[in-house]
Amino acid sequence: MDKFLQLTLTGLTNGAIFALVALGFVLIYKASDVINFAQGDFLLVGAYLTFGLISQVGLPWSVGMLIAIVVAVLLGIVVERLVLRPLIGEPIISVIMVTIGLSSLLRSVVIWIWGTMGAQFPSFLPSQPINVFGAVVPADRFIAIGLAAVLLVVFTLFFRYSREGIAMRATADDQQAALSMGISVQKIFAIAWSIAAVTAVLAGIIVANITELSFFAVSSIGLHVFPVVILGGLDSIPGAIIGGLIIGLLESYVGGYTPSALALRTVFPFIVLIIILMIKPYGLFGEERIERV
Amino acid sequence: MLALNNVEVIYNDVILVLKGMSLEVPQGKIVALLGSNGAGKSTTLKAISGLLKPEDGEVTDGEILFEGEKIHELEAANVVRRGIFQVMEGRRVFEHLDVEQNLIAGSYTRSDRQNVRQDIDVVYEYFPRLKERRRQTAGYLSGGEQQMLAIGRALMARPKLMMLDEPSLGLAPLLVREIFSIIRRINQEQGTTILLVEQNARIALDVADYAYIMENGRIVLTGEPAQLRDNADVREFYLGLNEVGTRKSYRDVKHYKRRKRWLS
Ligand SMILES: Nc1ncnc2c1ncn2[C@@H]1O[C@H](COP(=O)(O)OP(=O)(O)OP(=O)(O)O)[C@@H](O)[C@H]1O
Ligand SMILES: [Mg+2]
Repeated sequence: MDKFLQLTLTGLTNGAIFALVALGFVLIYKASDVINFAQGDFLLVGAYLTFGLISQVGLPWSVGMLIAIVVAVLLGIVVERLVLRPLIGEPIISVIMVTIGLSSLLRSVVIWIWGTMGAQFPSFLPSQPINVFGAVVPADRFIAIGLAAVLLVVFTLFFRYSREGIAMRATADDQQAALSMGISVQKIFAIAWSIAAVTAVLAGIIVANITELSFFAVSSIGLHVFPVVILGGLDSIPGAIIGGLIIGLLESYVGGYTPSALALRTVFPFIVLIIILMIKPYGLFGEERIERV
Repeated sequence: MLALNNVEVIYNDVILVLKGMSLEVPQGKIVALLGSNGAGKSTTLKAISGLLKPEDGEVTDGEILFEGEKIHELEAANVVRRGIFQVMEGRRVFEHLDVEQNLIAGSYTRSDRQNVRQDIDVVYEYFPRLKERRRQTAGYLSGGEQQMLAIGRALMARPKLMMLDEPSLGLAPLLVREIFSIIRRINQEQGTTILLVEQNARIALDVADYAYIMENGRIVLTGEPAQLRDNADVREFYLGLNEVGTRKSYRDVKHYKRRKRWLS
């Protein structure tokens, strides 16, 4: 029982981190129908940049984190200006190819500056153990859950009621019609990419806090984005959260109850991905295409 | 209010579609723009509203003036801010948004946000059916309801000039009449100037104050609806009326001649 509870808590906290990364992915997909293959790599940028600013430059952690967030916002704007804007009117597939390029670019820049060696991250989030019904979980793991919960609510309200949120969904539905409303599609893309980068950067910082800073560990979390969004539905905010939590839990249980020599844990999310694609191609919560004649 | 002077539009750098298009829309009036398929009616509207760019089209000659200022180099968003709103052909509602969210999208450029709520009610007054379906996903509305939503969405921007591209497309005759009477009411009650593109010449001539007929990228005939209704060419090609007693062979020759005159 104790072990089960422990695995559950670990799974939920990991899942919340997956959910954070997936949220940004969904946001971009909702606004522009673009599958962003670089989403997981924003995580690397967040973790390493914060590490660099705090440990190497010597800034206080709050300033380091703030700068990382600002950089994420700028990254979103730059991507829109340099990458997306020239591609307006081109088929979506070319934009998707470009995000693959962006992914390699971000990874190479991180490797170029920091290498792939592990490093001790200046963990600044509180990490005292918290006792939950007998299971012990460090406090910083809960921050991921809290942040995911807050963002879930904020994004849901944003897309349902705010003018910019509605404009974002309108843009995803029909770009030219959105333009005819006076919606600036460029601005919408820039906002979506910026928010996506910020959530991923925050997730990256939390990951680095919880574990140590390792290129491999951080990128492998980034890779979870695909099973998560395919499970939850590419365009569903609640789907991203629930998908994240489910994958996190499953992975934790598989890791805890099967011999570690089999390493089932690592392949498991992708097995789930393939099964979901076969039975529910729009994911658990995905919007179905509206077909009317 | 709006004037096009010798406008030329080219798609993909090679396809010349508007070949010296000129047209004038006076303030407060309903002006109809008629013409057969492919004449360039939609292209004309897109040239005005700045929507050519995503289709790789470009105004290469002439000028488009709105309230005395050149607008053909503006971004679409700025054209809307100036007070021109295009209701695109084929309705183009945002399928995954509900009715009310579609209306809010229409109000995107409004700076007086406190009045948006009130304007939603104005739209519901014109289209009570939309009110009943306010929370329904727009993609599942009937074609007629979608057309109402498309017009309501335009009202939300409180435009000075509303451009409607074939609002009768695919609708049953009774519904067409209902929608056109509302268009007339909007024109009278809101003081909105209207530029109406139509295939359905009969109904367009009924509501319009003035009409233009275009063929092959330019205007070939203009006049008040009464004049145009009496014009033999219009009767034949747009209203589907034949002069009684004309022999077929003779008519075919005339048909050919008129065609030729229009196209030259
Ligand atoms: N994006 C585009 N690229 C190339 N050619 C185009 C494009 N859009 C329209 N055309 C061409 O321009 C011409 C005029 O098209 P337009 O849509 O303006 O006609 P229309 O008068 O609105 O016709 P309809 O009544 O069928 O809607 C057509 O020959 C069409 O093939
Ligand atoms: Mg057309």
